[in-house]
Amino acid sequence: MATTTAPAGAVASPRRPVLSGRTRDVALGGLGLLCVVVVLQILPALGVADPTYLPSSTDIGAALGRLVTEPEFWTAFGQTLRGWAIGLAVAMAAGVAAGVLIGSVPLLRALTASTVEFLRPIPSVALIPLVVLVYGSQPQSALILVVYASFWQVLVQVLYGVADVDPVVRDTARSYRFSRLTVLRQVVWPTALPYVVTGFRLAAAVALILEITAELVIGVPGLGQRIGVSQSSGAVATTYALVVVVGVIGVAVNVLARQVERRVLRWHPSIRRELP
Amino acid sequence: MTSLFPTTRRTAPADRTRPSTTPGDHVSTPSSDVALDVRALKKIYEGAGRQVEAVRDLTFSVARGELVCIVGPSGAGKTTLLRGIAGLLPLTSGEVVLDGARVTGPPAGMAVVFQEYGRSLFPWLTVRQNVELPLKEKGLKKAERREKVEAALEAVGLADSGDAHPWQLSGGMQQRVAIARAVAYEPSVLLMDEPFAAVDAQTRADLEDLVRTLWHRLGVTVLFVTHDIEEAVYLGQRVLVLSNRPTVILEDVTVDLPDVRDQLETRSTARFAELRHHVYELVQKAKKGYRPDGEAV
Ligand SMILES: Nc1ncnc2c1ncn2[C@@H]1O[C@H](COP(=O)(O)OP(=O)(O)OP(=O)(O)O)[C@@H](O)[C@H]1O
Ligand SMILES: [Mg+2]
Repeated sequence: MATTTAPAGAVASPRRPVLSGRTRDVALGGLGLLCVVVVLQILPALGVADPTYLPSSTDIGAALGRLVTEPEFWTAFGQTLRGWAIGLAVAMAAGVAAGVLIGSVPLLRALTASTVEFLRPIPSVALIPLVVLVYGSQPQSALILVVYASFWQVLVQVLYGVADVDPVVRDTARSYRFSRLTVLRQVVWPTALPYVVTGFRLAAAVALILEITAELVIGVPGLGQRIGVSQSSGAVATTYALVVVVGVIGVAVNVLARQVERRVLRWHPSIRRELP
Repeated sequence: MTSLFPTTRRTAPADRTRPSTTPGDHVSTPSSDVALDVRALKKIYEGAGRQVEAVRDLTFSVARGELVCIVGPSGAGKTTLLRGIAGLLPLTSGEVVLDGARVTGPPAGMAVVFQEYGRSLFPWLTVRQNVELPLKEKGLKKAERREKVEAALEAVGLADSGDAHPWQLSGGMQQRVAIARAVAYEPSVLLMDEPFAAVDAQTRADLEDLVRTLWHRLGVTVLFVTHDIEEAVYLGQRVLVLSNRPTVILEDVTVDLPDVRDQLETRSTARFAELRHHVYELVQKAKKGYRPDGEAV
């Protein structure tokens, strides 16, 4: 792929990749996206798909252009982001705290193991009837679903992380008589950090899915609810435009999580770099 | 600091040229110049229906400021012994007495250089932070910490690498970081578990001399585990030869070489060759299952 965009470079130094790994990934990703856009444009035109259900890329683009000028859209956008961020923050805080506590106390770990295994596979959406009963279509409904779903992602990762402390590191800390607090801060936390970051990345994605689901299904205010409304009012292009927006948020969340990862894990084997 | 040459506290006969065995010598009353007393140490690992008697009966003592090497076949229980002394391992029976107090957990004033030195350094900290952390934990003031850290890094020849992370260094350099960390801690007892197993011959020779220099300078009691017989003879004032598993002491060999040692000079003396030969034979015997009391394995 890359050679077609820069053949001269490939000839000049055949042993080196033409573009650095990341640039190449981004370029390939963009190319893939472009393909989707082109196919979407062609399909309805060829009559393969019914334009009523699958509008062309240009129609979706036009709807998107209209959307971003509407203040209601931005209100919904903000509501979704806020719900997502708050839910994620609560899940992170609770997951990390619970994970470190349970992981550090073997007795607690043994006590909770089966409970965790029982609760974790329960899909968050199974809680919808319950939260609707209590909160109706208020934001709290979405919050509970988001927190429940992402909490397990974080908790499980943190539990793995805390258990991953190298025995030699542990012995080193013990033989230098580190206090409990120092062990927690200087040994357990840095060890668990890569897992926490992974938990964050997984939880961020799950939280977005649950936020949109809650809005769509329960009618909690936000982009999901707007998707539902546009769909039932037959505004197909707008519906797709909203879906695109949600997708873009998803990508942005993932990019953000990767950035965070890069920052906090400079020392980790997956990120390590040579001496400057 | 001047070097300490405490007389080795042994009840062995006056015949100093012939190395001799001193198992069961623990009945003698502890005297003030004994830093470390290991009494009838026994360790049986239990796990999943399998029992491994790693150490059967180890008794010896180390005088304050002494440098004692421990050699023995692989799997003999050298690491087990060191971990027992360091208070990192519950013993099956027997006891370890450090400065008159029984060891029940990691004692103050002891530093351990682990066999897996690469894994014992914290990868998320820089070299300097690695060396500094135990000092922080000890409660030293910032200025004092900085001074000791720099001095220790200087001593191991890593003054320039303080800001690097351990994984950016070679194996030998990592090992020196682990040593610097132990040295900066200023322990009264230093335990080292095959610390030079993974470095090249030249670095190894340098590190050996470094250990002796630091030992002289700090007056610290050193227990040095190695599988290299020459290294044991070159470094130690005594060499404890262990049998194979279940482990007892095969012989407590006194190294009566002059205190000033030199890689070329010392290693080419006749006495060095004799001692080397003797310890070599002992280890060979140990590998074949020979035991001091003639008991069957
Ligand atoms: N945690 C453990 N559980 C069960 N058995 C163990 C454990 N640690 C060590 N052993 C056993 O105890 C014996 C002594 O092990 P140890 O590590 O002390 O040997 P070593 O003398 O240090 O060997 P090496 O020179 O190879 O480092 C071995 O047979 C080993 O299998
Ligand atoms: Mg060992």
